[in-house]
Amino acid sequence: MSQLVKNIIRFICFILMQVYVLNQVPPLHQFVTPYLYFLFILWLPFSTSRFALLLISFVFGLTLDYFSNTPGLHAAPCVLIAYLRPFLINLLISQEGAELNYAEPSIKSLGWAPYSLYIFVFTFIHHFYLVFLEWIQFGNFLYFLGKVIATTGISLLLIFITEMLFFRKQKFRTNTAL
Amino acid sequence: MKNIFVFIRRYFNFLFFVVLQISSLILLVKYNESHQAAYSNIANEMIGRINLQYNGVQSFFQLKETNRQLAAENARLRNSITDNFEGADTNRVAVLDSLIRDTLGRQRKYLWLPAKVVNNTTASQTNYLTLHRGAKQGVQKDMAVIGPAGVVGVVIDVSDNYSRVMSLLHRNSKVSSMLKKGNITGSVEWDGKDPRFLTLRNIPRSIKVAKGDTVLTSTYSANFPSHIMVGTIDGIAADPSSNSYTLKLRASTNFYSLQYVNVVNNVQWDEQRRLEAVPEKNP
Repeated sequence: MSQLVKNIIRFICFILMQVYVLNQVPPLHQFVTPYLYFLFILWLPFSTSRFALLLISFVFGLTLDYFSNTPGLHAAPCVLIAYLRPFLINLLISQEGAELNYAEPSIKSLGWAPYSLYIFVFTFIHHFYLVFLEWIQFGNFLYFLGKVIATTGISLLLIFITEMLFFRKQKFRTNTAL
Repeated sequence: MKNIFVFIRRYFNFLFFVVLQISSLILLVKYNESHQAAYSNIANEMIGRINLQYNGVQSFFQLKETNRQLAAENARLRNSITDNFEGADTNRVAVLDSLIRDTLGRQRKYLWLPAKVVNNTTASQTNYLTLHRGAKQGVQKDMAVIGPAGVVGVVIDVSDNYSRVMSLLHRNSKVSSMLKKGNITGSVEWDGKDPRFLTLRNIPRSIKVAKGDTVLTSTYSANFPSHIMVGTIDGIAADPSSNSYTLKLRASTNFYSLQYVNVVNNVQWDEQRRLEAVPEKNP
């Protein structure tokens, strides 16, 4: 399957999953909101140009926003993590040219520890900014702190389960094949 | 001039990032002010259609609860039919009609339009519903939405065939209400914690309130008809900073299982608004 088709299917699946499954979960507590959709941005291929990365993330966030009736609320954090993504990937890539040998960030292409750090940092940044925007609207510092921590925890758990369920086979591509 | 182009080319990604950030923040702020999303008509219509597909599956699992609610509402309405109240010697005939003016010369004030709920959230701080009834079927912005058991929300966005409703479970929603006992008015809000409970403010502390007292929509509310059930008092706390109570209400509407609601059109509201818009002239 080509990268484009694969990512279009992922786009749709992540949106439907977030809107019709995770957003429908009855609230356990006001701090706990399961978020998984932004994993789409973290899974985009290495070869995506930075311009395309920003644009795709904006459209992706805005699509979700129109479903949840909060235009801009999810688009802003999506654009932020899309902008920061290339910087962190450059820092984390251990072997030379891993971005050429593998298609997209995964446990195999980055390695266990760097990939976990990659996920953790962006989950935290995303939720921090998202809850910050909510906090400006409603204003309650305890809500802000509690929700950032609780939501990050839940998201990390969900991402872990997703990685286990949908193991992404990553082919090793040599430079000569390119 | 050349330097400007070089600068733009060099920092193109950063500039594009800033532009996208600013545009999303503008969207957010604008929406919070007016509750009118950009391109809302097209987006509303498309998302409404997707929601309808999903609802086709999901509503099936709630048929039992929907039936129970409708039966309860029917029983309540049957009980209030004038035929049930009959003195020993009367020949009054009750006539139900939908005319603008009834035989006693009273003007119609509220028109009730049934609508199907195709999407409904309870999990976030800002909850919305989508109804499968829009501008073509007579829904307008600011109309009240009432479920089988009580108040549900207010219409904020309308497209041709769908409308979006700000649920009572929204940080910005506010409904003018009163205690059934004594008609003391206050306002009902939601604190964002538990979808089963609401908050009633501005009831003066001199009033006696008890657990279980009924709260209805007030007669001052323009879009809601008066005497519609909101909830019952579940907890009483005095607000130390002011002279009023903060009452915890148990919402009469079960927001988890809404299938059909009524959109209420106040047909006399235009006239009232026009009168109220005229600035007062001091004699």
